[in-house]
Amino acid sequence: MRLEARDVHKCFRTRRGVTEALDGATFQVASGEFVCILGPSGCGKSTMLSIFAGLESPDSGQVLGDGSPLTRPGSDRVVIFQEAALFPWLNVLDNVAFGLQVAGMGRKERRERAIEYLRLVHLDRFQTAYIHELSGGMKQRAELARALAMEPKVLLMDEPFAALDAQTRDILHTELQDIWARTVKTILFVTHNVREALVLGDRVLLMTSRPGSIKREYEYQLPRPRAMEDHALVDAAREILGDLRVEVNKEREERYAQLAD
Amino acid sequence: MRNWQISLLFFLGLLFVWEILYRLGLWPPYVFPSPSSVAHSLYKGLANGTYLLAVATSMRRILIGYGLSILIGVPLGLLLGRSRLVQTTLGPMVMGLQALPSICWLPLALLWFGLGERAILFVVVMGALLSITLSTADGVRNTPPLYLRAARTMGADGLSLYARVVLPAAFPSIVSGMKLGWSFAWRSLMAGELLYISLGLGQALAMGRELNNMSQVIAVMILIVLIGLTVDRLAFAPAERRVRERWGLQAAAP
Repeated sequence: MRLEARDVHKCFRTRRGVTEALDGATFQVASGEFVCILGPSGCGKSTMLSIFAGLESPDSGQVLGDGSPLTRPGSDRVVIFQEAALFPWLNVLDNVAFGLQVAGMGRKERRERAIEYLRLVHLDRFQTAYIHELSGGMKQRAELARALAMEPKVLLMDEPFAALDAQTRDILHTELQDIWARTVKTILFVTHNVREALVLGDRVLLMTSRPGSIKREYEYQLPRPRAMEDHALVDAAREILGDLRVEVNKEREERYAQLAD
Repeated sequence: MRNWQISLLFFLGLLFVWEILYRLGLWPPYVFPSPSSVAHSLYKGLANGTYLLAVATSMRRILIGYGLSILIGVPLGLLLGRSRLVQTTLGPMVMGLQALPSICWLPLALLWFGLGERAILFVVVMGALLSITLSTADGVRNTPPLYLRAARTMGADGLSLYARVVLPAAFPSIVSGMKLGWSFAWRSLMAGELLYISLGLGQALAMGRELNNMSQVIAVMILIVLIGLTVDRLAFAPAERRVRERWGLQAAAP
């Protein structure tokens, strides 16, 4: 599915006033492309993802999937959150089969499908485990299997590996690249980690600090599979990091200015 | 020494002190009976069926009353937790009424339903209903938003979201509400039976007092404690533990 954001604006009203999260974000993601959105914390990148998911609606502008507006959640676009949103009252298998059950798929069929995807993320030995028995990395694998089992066209990933230790994250980077190559999904991946963005993405979109819009776009022809310590990747990261730092500083100055008021 | 051995020793010691006090003859037996006369009363009452009938009657009442509280309380709590309209209208009333000890409903119940089963059932329901409702509503309100977002992106909404996510997420809360409700129901039932209503354990207690039969009073009190404790230990404690383990609210027992 081809994704497109057209001049998306979004504000949040809280008790302390109005916060502008997105200010005219515009970009496109080709079908089957792996794109990373990179930005300082609080720049509205997660909000952008929620809007594509149909969980939030933009104040103005629109988001499109294959040319038609996306206004409601749909099982063709599944979100993977930073903290695993697996349900503790279901075991791993039933968690992975959850969306299929909602869609009304028969018991035998959905179990087979769930097992197939658990195998893909190397979790098929843990079908009957409960969620609190899994490690952080296993939870994110289960989450990935649950999303893939829906056989969506798009994966929307909201800093899914941010809470994991470095080794687990590296392994999951490799596996995700592998899964993407095999299943041909459009992936929109939000992160604040430059090298993670470069390892995973075909393209990297850098967002400005809040209110967020796309500041710059990077495209490097790095061979896959990539790893965080590859030389070419580290060089590329240095370039992006310079731009990112400007945004981070801007955000910090703004916060100090607010504190000084 | 194991914990249960310490407990056992403590209670044997208590019985011993009780017997000594009785033998000192400080109070007449109708005020302060001996352990053995209480045991005899307990045995006699169970053997001739009086206590069994009382237990059966009380149990039937509580099962009906408590069952009704669950049937009404859980759906009411689900509504209360989800609908802003219900929350702002019925919410304060439910909170307020919870401050009222349920036995205070008895005079009203007697006028409405007359001296009989329906009055006592009403008091039992009023005792258990509100805590079940409030716990359920709490559980619904505290459903992690992340679960709801995840379920919505997987296509669940409306009734399906409610049945598959909100209800199971609230389940630990519902179980604690049911546990609390049970002890309120049991207390309300005893209070009601003690005051007016025929048959049942409360009535056996009142009868003991009227006959100046302190052994019977204590024997029945022991029965009431035992039943309350048994239900809590055998039904609620394991259920609650299993739910907490499964939901990851506490580490599973090693």
